[in-house]
Amino acid sequence: MANILIFSELNKGSIKPVTLEILGKLNGQNAEIAVFGDLADEQVKVLAENGAAKVHKLKGDKVDQYSPEGYANALHSFISTQSYDYVFTGATSMAKDLFPRLATKFDAGMASDCVNFLFEGDTFSGTRPLFAGKCLAKVNLQGPKPHFVTVRPNALGMPDSATAGAGAASDANVEVGEIRAAIKEIIASASEKLDLTEANIIVSGGRAMKSEENFSIINQMADVIGATVGASRAAVDSGFAKPSMQVGQTGKTVAPSLYIACGISGAIQHLAGMRTSKVIVAINTDPDAPIFTKADYGIVGDLFKIVPIMTEEFKKILS
Amino acid sequence: MNIFVCVKQVPDTETKVIPNGDATFIETSSIKWIMNPYDEFAVEQALLVKAANADSTVTVVRVGGVKDTESLRTAMAMGADDSILVEAEDNLDSYSTAKALKGAIEKSGKTADLILCGKQAIDDDCLQVPQILATMLELPSVSVVVGFEQSGDTITAKREVEGGAIEIYELKTPCVLAANKGLNTPRYASLPGIMKAKRKPMQQLSLGDVGVTPDDRRVVYSGFTLPPEKPAGKTFDAMDEATQAGVVAEVVGLLRTEAKII
Repeated sequence: MANILIFSELNKGSIKPVTLEILGKLNGQNAEIAVFGDLADEQVKVLAENGAAKVHKLKGDKVDQYSPEGYANALHSFISTQSYDYVFTGATSMAKDLFPRLATKFDAGMASDCVNFLFEGDTFSGTRPLFAGKCLAKVNLQGPKPHFVTVRPNALGMPDSATAGAGAASDANVEVGEIRAAIKEIIASASEKLDLTEANIIVSGGRAMKSEENFSIINQMADVIGATVGASRAAVDSGFAKPSMQVGQTGKTVAPSLYIACGISGAIQHLAGMRTSKVIVAINTDPDAPIFTKADYGIVGDLFKIVPIMTEEFKKILS
Repeated sequence: MNIFVCVKQVPDTETKVIPNGDATFIETSSIKWIMNPYDEFAVEQALLVKAANADSTVTVVRVGGVKDTESLRTAMAMGADDSILVEAEDNLDSYSTAKALKGAIEKSGKTADLILCGKQAIDDDCLQVPQILATMLELPSVSVVVGFEQSGDTITAKREVEGGAIEIYELKTPCVLAANKGLNTPRYASLPGIMKAKRKPMQQLSLGDVGVTPDDRRVVYSGFTLPPEKPAGKTFDAMDEATQAGVVAEVVGLLRTEAKII
């Protein structure tokens, strides 16, 4: 049995859902959780029900806000007092920044953004996409322990059932040390929606949107079905959408349950970034557009006609 | 200022990826190599910083195969002064790559004031090297940078996080920054720039020269495969206005009854 720590970022005091995905997959190993700051008893209970043996609440000065060095120092000091074989976390914005720093403090290796993994005895073996998902490879880690792994949100899925763990919660004091790169200010996103990489539903617009203003019909549909709005590189490079909305090899790789592509022809680099979406709907006037080869449901038609009708249809069935 | 830019050479985004014979990497024989797109933003930022700070130099460092040195020539054609190439296999892992970059920067004889990288390479998509390099060099750093302002030795860097929110960091040079799309608009190399780049110095080193051994490998890949193809989906013709409402109602219905998504 491997000794494993899962670091969970908190979102307004709640553990990230990817933590439960990882915990479920680790059933049978000794899995413990670490969070910065406090965690409500009901959250601890959920972790215990899903198999957590222990929950460590890391407390100290300046742990309430992320800093790359501070979090790396604090986690390094805590992990050094334990004997973990592996340290996992979800591949969130913070973890992608933090975990390479943390791993390097142990001179250890890290597998980024795994979409699946298993244990052969006590040894981790992961699967991760490369080239934005154009291919998959098996990834193994070697060298000093612990080894570090980040797991893509929504890839493993929620566990059906789990053997409960003891879930014993305790506090541990940590020091953040010197922080030379500190956050002075955070500009919140104008949108309350989930990030593209975590979204369950995405509606994306392409070059055929023709203008930034025309994205309003995409936004309306997204609001009705609780979707995050994305865009193709063509739409971003034409100035119709912000770079942070770009899906594809030079943007974000996404894996929602539902991906609706509106006026996107399906360049190879866009397909790479969204092909693992569970269900793909494509709307395009060109019946030969490559996007239709990946679509579960393809509608050959004008998005400016189809999208508003679809929005009304969604309203009907969701009301 | 002594500015270093770390670049990687990657297969063009239009590349059809095929696993190689023993599935330990991809087939590279007929690939068109380009500078990693995120690294172009790093090169551009280095040139902007150089222009704003008298007596600055920009050195480009790359770890990878030596068959094609196009990306270093491109960076020098854009305006970088010189370059260092550390010869290595194309699928070196992040830890070894960062250690090689560190070794190359230290061996240059110049003390780095600013090190710029792209936020991630679009081949292995690890998003690790800039943070590993900063940790190895014990320098402060910010990743996924979409905004940059300099005032003396103080840098204000905007980092993009989930949902497009921005964290604004303040840090002092020397530091490591990793560029994201949106930071700037990379310039095209001019014809005179391309001609000049041919005469700019390119120092070639081995992994051994920069202190990297096979024992530094932390990540081992095997079993490269193509993802399973999806079975063909259903396509509906809705070019004719008369059919549109019916088609859309059917698709939305299928999303509920067949795909069970909505």
